[in-house]
Amino acid sequence: MTVTSEPPSRSGKRPAKLFKNWMAKLASLPMILTALVVFVGGTAWTVTYSFTGSRMLPKTDWVGFDQYERLWSTDRWIISIKNLGIYGGCSMILTLVIGFSLAACLDRKIRFESAFRSIFLYPFALSFVVTGLVWQWILNPDFGLQSVVRGWGWESFTFNPLNDPNTVIYGLLIAGLWQGTGLIMCIMLAGLRGIDEDIWKAARVDGIGTVKTYVMIIIPMMRPVFITALVLIASGIIKLYDLVVAQTGGGPGLSSEVPAKYVIEYMFRAQNLGQGFAASTMMLCSVVIILIPWAYLEFGGRKRG
Amino acid sequence: MSKTLKSLLVGTALTAASTASAIELEVTHWWTSGGEAAAVSKFAEAWNATGNTWLDGAIAGSGGTARPIIISRIIGGDPMGATQMNHGRQAQELIEAGLLLDLTDVAEAGGWADIVNPSSLLEACTLDGRIYCVPVNIHSSQWIWLSHAAYENAGLDVPTDWNEFVASAGDLEAAGTLPLAMGQQGWQQNIAFGAITIAVAGLDAWKAVNIDKDADVARGAEYTTAWAAIANARELARGSNVQDWNQATNMVITGTAGAQIMGDWAQGEFAVAEQVEGTDYSCLPGLGLNPVLDTGGDAFYFPVNDDPEITAAQQELAALLISPEVQVSFNLAKGSLPVRGDIDMAAANGCMQKGLEILANGGVLPSGDIAFSQDTTLQIEDLMAQFWSGDMSAADAQAAYAQLIEDAD
Repeated sequence: MTVTSEPPSRSGKRPAKLFKNWMAKLASLPMILTALVVFVGGTAWTVTYSFTGSRMLPKTDWVGFDQYERLWSTDRWIISIKNLGIYGGCSMILTLVIGFSLAACLDRKIRFESAFRSIFLYPFALSFVVTGLVWQWILNPDFGLQSVVRGWGWESFTFNPLNDPNTVIYGLLIAGLWQGTGLIMCIMLAGLRGIDEDIWKAARVDGIGTVKTYVMIIIPMMRPVFITALVLIASGIIKLYDLVVAQTGGGPGLSSEVPAKYVIEYMFRAQNLGQGFAASTMMLCSVVIILIPWAYLEFGGRKRG
Repeated sequence: MSKTLKSLLVGTALTAASTASAIELEVTHWWTSGGEAAAVSKFAEAWNATGNTWLDGAIAGSGGTARPIIISRIIGGDPMGATQMNHGRQAQELIEAGLLLDLTDVAEAGGWADIVNPSSLLEACTLDGRIYCVPVNIHSSQWIWLSHAAYENAGLDVPTDWNEFVASAGDLEAAGTLPLAMGQQGWQQNIAFGAITIAVAGLDAWKAVNIDKDADVARGAEYTTAWAAIANARELARGSNVQDWNQATNMVITGTAGAQIMGDWAQGEFAVAEQVEGTDYSCLPGLGLNPVLDTGGDAFYFPVNDDPEITAAQQELAALLISPEVQVSFNLAKGSLPVRGDIDMAAANGCMQKGLEILANGGVLPSGDIAFSQDTTLQIEDLMAQFWSGDMSAADAQAAYAQLIEDAD
């Protein structure tokens, strides 16, 4: 009974509610449309067409999971996934550790802090393509680091990661870390500056050492900063492409291939959209698998608290 | 009365001429190495001489980089005036989607069917009886380039075929020269694979695999021999850390490497370095064992345009590219063979003469671009990249290759 009597009264209120703040809603309309059409719509379209045998142009001849079967039986894809795993794991841990350590050092009120900050942040101003090229040259055995050190007299010095299939991914990692840690350091530094001086004083009164204060008190307090940093690092890892193209071109052989490069090359060079879409859908899945438990913990936990 | 008519006609003719001359066509291509850039300027000069303007849209990087850019521009509704592409199956879907200009009228007016030799080039431009591209040159991949400097340095005679080259490799290495220069990119390794297969496994086996897609032959004894030869070549090329093909050619030019297996476009690099065939370098078509050449090559396609004036200019350019004078000047600079059998190439050097002779004798293979789809080609190139850079055994690689042939569409 109450249910039937409610609608008229609600419908009387609804326009007012819908048009409340209408200027703000109108202004955000383009972004809402972009999000729905481009992101959600584009994703749905890609996933749908990954079940077709599309070649250069999208066609709707359904082939079921054929593209996925082919994808997971392709050596190049498996190598790409492994490489992303190694690069991602190392990059995540090392960026956080180095970034935080640098920030903590700068936070100890050293001299010329702003000069050091600029130096550490400087690589971030360079694009991945420039970074890749610079490190390709530095790591080139014939005129890079190796030849310089040999020139100093250490004749047996060998440092040639890019031409060895087993180490090339670490060559990429060096370049990635060089480029990315500066930004993380700045974010960490901002987080450290946000910690109240009184915390430090209280810790000192209790006789807790500096390192222990960082690990046990400061880092847990910087949780939001760490989450921001994690999201930034993770998005950088998953879209890793231009660094590889500029630094190694995926070589030697297939040993530094990454999933994003597989997607691009099979979509456009092999003119096999279906295969490229299947690969990009798998990339999306891996992001979702990581994201959903994290979002559940993060936002679910907040509601309970 | 007739005078008025005449002046009117002259007037319209003039307007027509002046509107045609105002046309600026953007031409995209991936000819960016020294020899290639010299060749493409011949086209530009000829086109500018007609009063039109050649807007050069060179895209750096090899075809693998440029082709996606070109295709996405055509599909994305931002077509260029004309574009280079290899003939064959690359453009088939674009034609089916109606995105490329039908040149059948121009071809009939120019009598292309009679002058293009070998005729397979024009067939590669034809879909359902209509012609969609202009072949401009013939490129073949089955060449090995030998450095005289490297062999003199080692005190050896320059080999005359692949077997002699393999036999001489040990002495070359002893003299501190890398026997085989190889750019570490899948497509270059695939060219070497194709050339060695034809030379070692023979023509019948190659045809069965590449044209009939017979996976049993790819698993068979001839291909086992070929894969063993390729595994051997891989060892000869160990330590060749260059990426691009012209860097590898440069190793042959400077004598730091003994040889390179590369298509005839390498000749343009030798020409730019002012090296002379026979005294500074040698070339062996079919690796000196099996004198056959494939007839891939470059062709120009013309994306469909709404503007009738541009369409007219596109047709004019199409006719110009295949005209005798342009064919001679372009191909001399490029190091490739002309698509017309009826022109005088007396100015050509020894390598080109060898190539022309093989063509005249009918030693013609269809190119891989025509036989396999881009998808299969990339899969084979991936396999090559994996094989040449690592320690994959010849037997494993042969099995993987045969599987790709079986799955080829």
